[in-house]
Amino acid sequence: MAAKKKESAICILTITGRDRVGIIARIANAMAKANINIVDVSQKIMEEYFVMSMACDIAGAAVDMETIQKSLHKIARDMELNITFQHENIFKMMHRV
Amino acid sequence: MSITVEEIFETVNMTLRQHFDIRTVTLGVNLKDCMDRNVDHFCGRVFSRISEKGAQLNAVADAVESKYGIPITNRRVAVTPVSILMEPLPRTQAAAVKVAKCLDAAADKAGIDFIGGFGALVHKGATSAEENLINALPAAISGTKRLCAFFNLASTQAGMNMDAIEKFGHILKDLAFRSKTGIGCAKVAVFANVPEDNPFMAGAHHGVGEPDYSLNIGISGPGVVKSVIESNPDCDLTELSEVIKRTVFKITRAGELIGRETAAMMKIPFGIVDISLAATPAAGDSVAEIVEAMGVSRMGRPGSTAALAMLIDAVKKGGLMASGNVGGLSGTFIPVSEDAGMIRAVREGALSLDKLEALTSVCSVGMDMFAVPGSTPADVISAIIADELAIGVANHKTTSVRIIPVPGKRAGQIVHFGGLLGSAPIMKVPRVASPRFIARKGRMPAPLLSFRN
Repeated sequence: MAAKKKESAICILTITGRDRVGIIARIANAMAKANINIVDVSQKIMEEYFVMSMACDIAGAAVDMETIQKSLHKIARDMELNITFQHENIFKMMHRV
Repeated sequence: MSITVEEIFETVNMTLRQHFDIRTVTLGVNLKDCMDRNVDHFCGRVFSRISEKGAQLNAVADAVESKYGIPITNRRVAVTPVSILMEPLPRTQAAAVKVAKCLDAAADKAGIDFIGGFGALVHKGATSAEENLINALPAAISGTKRLCAFFNLASTQAGMNMDAIEKFGHILKDLAFRSKTGIGCAKVAVFANVPEDNPFMAGAHHGVGEPDYSLNIGISGPGVVKSVIESNPDCDLTELSEVIKRTVFKITRAGELIGRETAAMMKIPFGIVDISLAATPAAGDSVAEIVEAMGVSRMGRPGSTAALAMLIDAVKKGGLMASGNVGGLSGTFIPVSEDAGMIRAVREGALSLDKLEALTSVCSVGMDMFAVPGSTPADVISAIIADELAIGVANHKTTSVRIIPVPGKRAGQIVHFGGLLGSAPIMKVPRVASPRFIARKGRMPAPLLSFRN
């Protein structure tokens, strides 16, 4: 029997909110603590808004999805940001036929 | 990365700003193998299966929600039509109420908010077990919190069971008067051509043609569709239809992914995606507001039926392209109490009961969640049900009625149900309808449409 194709472990993180010092530092720190590798980043400031998307590889993550979501939720609350963290398959399904 | 930043933010905005969610994952459970002559033995088996599988559904839905960042708002269970399961049991109301309470307690233990399937298919006639279940309905529903009931009273193949339709006028009034607001009637839907795999309450059940388990999913994105229409204020209707199709394609694909993954994690077959646009009382999550964004001044005024017909057609075309497993009701829900735009339309006098009926001839799924004065005679309720089910029978489509007679309220007053059920203005209903027509009873023959084999 052929082995089941291994699912990708790429997740997409997005951040939107008012720009301030330390957003990337705080996120990168949280990712490193969870042993999640950042593989791509795209970031810009639109007027005073901070907009970032980041691709992360969670294959070697030390914690589960729920724990990651909780720690990101805490950062979002502390820094008044909107943060989402979603497996890349959702974007592929919605935007690619 | 292969996905552009614009695409990422389009998806993210759908959940953050436009109320996109997976409205329900509904686990269909076969209970036929639990049947027994002894009601306690039967209830024991049912309780352990529902409480165990329901809890598993909740845990898996939480994990999938975390992975994809899309809220799964409701987790529900639908079972084999309970009237079938009760065939070997004593024909007593006490037995039916006991089974109802067992299902309710199992859902409670599993952390499931609604469990569906307490019902019967009586479109041609009722067995004595089915009669017993219908008679026990007011006691069963008013004595439980999470139980939902469905009854198929008509079908295109069999015609309309007017004995049952006449009876339901009395049954629904009895049920309504067992609570202050008539809330019990929000948990009972009567149908023509009921689908076997509908994931939405109150009509969900696990049909007799289904396997042991199936995982059905209902997506919801009225806010997403409304937002894309608003960002295209000047295009013509052909282009608007394309825009709606593309958007519904995307949200259906998300539903398909989440449904498949949930089913795979539970090791059960994936059933269907129901692409119905389902409103909630939240601002901006309204089907009426979609119709208004298309250019109708207020839902219910002339133009509404045409706009709704185009909307539902575009939704179906986009959804069917996105998934090979579209099923259930897959229409557009226009429940009065659960949709802020529908409530406004009734309060302003733009939407009457007559126009509501007309709207349901082009969109699933019938006259839903509307309140009428508690003093409405039983035969008027039966006549409203008969009219609506006739639309379904004659047009080979599903229609349903969820009518709530509210004790002590008059037309124009408001009743608050709370939560997802919302609040509803009491609609004006004629005091006299067709008592002699309803009193004739019998079976209305199937329309010629069915003889196409």
